[in-house]
Amino acid sequence: MPKWFTPAVVICGLMFAVAPILIAEAPYESTMGLVQKIFYVHLPSAWMFLLAAITCGVASVRYLFRGNPRQDRIAWSAAELAVLFGAITLVTGPLWARKAWGTWWQWDVRLTSSLMGWMVAVAYLLLRKYGGPGSDKLAAGLALFGMANVPFVYISVNYWRTIHPTTNVVPTLPTSFGVPLWFSAVTFLLLFVLLLRMRIRLEEQRTRLDALYLAMDEHR
Amino acid sequence: MTPPEAEFDELTAEDVSRHFGRRRALSRVSFRADRGAILGLLGPNGAGKSTMLALLGTLLRPSSGRILYGKFDASHHGASLRASIGVLGHDLFLYPELTARENLEFFAGLYGLRDRRGAAAAALEHARLSDRADDAVSSFSRGMRQRLGLERALIHRPRLLLLDEPFTGLDDASAAALGRRLGTLRDQGTIIILATHDLDLAEPLLNRAIFLRDGRVVDAVERPEALRAVYREVMSRTTAVSGFAGSPRSGEAGSRTDEP
Amino acid sequence: MFARIVWLVLRKDFTVEVRSLEIAYTTLFFAISCVLVFAFALVQEGRAPEGGAAGILWIAIAFAGTLALGRTFERERQSETLRALLLAPAARPAVYLGKLLGIVALLLAAEILLVPLVTLLFQAPLLEHPAWLAVILVAGTIGFAAVGTLFAAMLVRVRSRDVLLPVLLYPITVPVIIAGVRATAALLEPQPDAGIIRFWLALLACFDVVFVTLALWTFEPLMTD
Repeated sequence: MPKWFTPAVVICGLMFAVAPILIAEAPYESTMGLVQKIFYVHLPSAWMFLLAAITCGVASVRYLFRGNPRQDRIAWSAAELAVLFGAITLVTGPLWARKAWGTWWQWDVRLTSSLMGWMVAVAYLLLRKYGGPGSDKLAAGLALFGMANVPFVYISVNYWRTIHPTTNVVPTLPTSFGVPLWFSAVTFLLLFVLLLRMRIRLEEQRTRLDALYLAMDEHR
Repeated sequence: MTPPEAEFDELTAEDVSRHFGRRRALSRVSFRADRGAILGLLGPNGAGKSTMLALLGTLLRPSSGRILYGKFDASHHGASLRASIGVLGHDLFLYPELTARENLEFFAGLYGLRDRRGAAAAALEHARLSDRADDAVSSFSRGMRQRLGLERALIHRPRLLLLDEPFTGLDDASAAALGRRLGTLRDQGTIIILATHDLDLAEPLLNRAIFLRDGRVVDAVERPEALRAVYREVMSRTTAVSGFAGSPRSGEAGSRTDEP
Repeated sequence: MFARIVWLVLRKDFTVEVRSLEIAYTTLFFAISCVLVFAFALVQEGRAPEGGAAGILWIAIAFAGTLALGRTFERERQSETLRALLLAPAARPAVYLGKLLGIVALLLAAEILLVPLVTLLFQAPLLEHPAWLAVILVAGTIGFAAVGTLFAAMLVRVRSRDVLLPVLLYPITVPVIIAGVRATAALLEPQPDAGIIRFWLALLACFDVVFVTLALWTFEPLMTD
């Protein structure tokens, strides 16, 4: 692991310890009260989910057309993180919605699009796990298609919703809510980077192990 | 447009290796095949013969090493090389629902031949199947399918012909006929590479051979007379160690006796 | 030359299919069973749920399409003929396009039977505006089949291909389903709103162009090992 890793873990741990304090002291949002605080976890998770998805997509394209194995490792690791952060987003979202407006799921365009993106990430992992040899390239193709699909999903879900007579109960998310939000965001970002690095390292080890098996075979 | 056919007179494999994840299928295989000679790829099942043929047919890329067709490297000249290569796989590559003629005409078109009908008719002649031209391939015997499959592989007059276990399921007469056809092709200058584990049927045809075992070249034979003796030795060595082959521990067991 | 290969592959697929009609019959029958299951599940007191017909039609198309895709490539796998196609010097994107057109034709044939069936069972006036409906069905089918043909070809060598195909395909084709259903549902209104239908058709057209292009572009790298 690179030199910065351990100090970064320490910093990240500290930030996670401090974060709840900052969140608790943040001003209450006028209509929703305490529950609104979950938003400090929900929004950064959503951002990390997006970041993971983009990382996976870009690495997949590079792997598919250049064949650099490092890109493949990055893509796989990013896909796992997309599933992780996506799951956090998809759980915290409805929790917030339930307490705030009384329903678990409202087909909100962003949540629904995230759900579809998350399904693609899960499909990616299933393909890698059960696809057997050669599934690295195929998964890269899936990631590429998933990425290309994003605008279509967003537009179609958005207009699909407006036809329903339900009113739009999810308010526009506040884009700036001061220090607690940015602090949470940075904490999550640091966590993302650490997890990504660790996971990539795991893949590197696996590749090295494969090479060792092959070399051992050679000298039999 | 059909890519122009690549022209080459010999085929060289240089240090070719191929692995699938942790499993090494081929390890540093090198050999040369020339025009007007039939090269045999011999070895027991699982030796890597089919993988080698897939590599030679440009279906797979080597994990390391390279394959040269004359001066052409497979990784840069895929399509034009494929126009010069004919493959007869174990499964014969025929559509059972189509008739013999339809199969031939389809592949003739796929290989960019101008006169599909003519080429198909000529191929049917060679296969001695003109009277069954309009019957579905599913109604053919193995020998008939074999003949048709071979003509399908040859329809674009390839420079290189790759055959994977072509004698499987053939009776003596069909096998002899196949042998004669291959001999004629060899004399016409086609590079022929034939993979098989059965030496009896292939022996009269081969000019040279390399022996594969567990993905490695364990022996090579330049003179046809020496074939039988080397084959017997390689195969007997194979059966002696076949119990150990394939498990990681066997590496240790083997190397303990082999280490200097 | 490219067009010739596309035509050759398409014609070959058509001929092979016509000889046995296996995929045609089974896919059709499956689609019909699908619709019937929906009828039993959803029809209450002789009436279908509001606007359910459009959804049922497209679900049947999606399920039947997945089945047809799986069977088509299974057939190629059995005679190892996909290998033969890849061994030929023919441009691989041309092979993909030939296969795509064959699948689209098969699905359209199924839809020709499904539409009257759904109209009948769910009292939905699907045939009021046949031209619009045809355009919607064609646009949606192309989009679904474009992604499906690529994924099915990709998965031919993979072990769990039967279950992985829908797992991969459905999330990616969600926009097609949404657009197809919404456009069809709009068509079923007593006064169809042309603006809405045009919007969804435009979305489908964009999807088709983008994904067919992507598939043509990635077919070669995905099929070589």
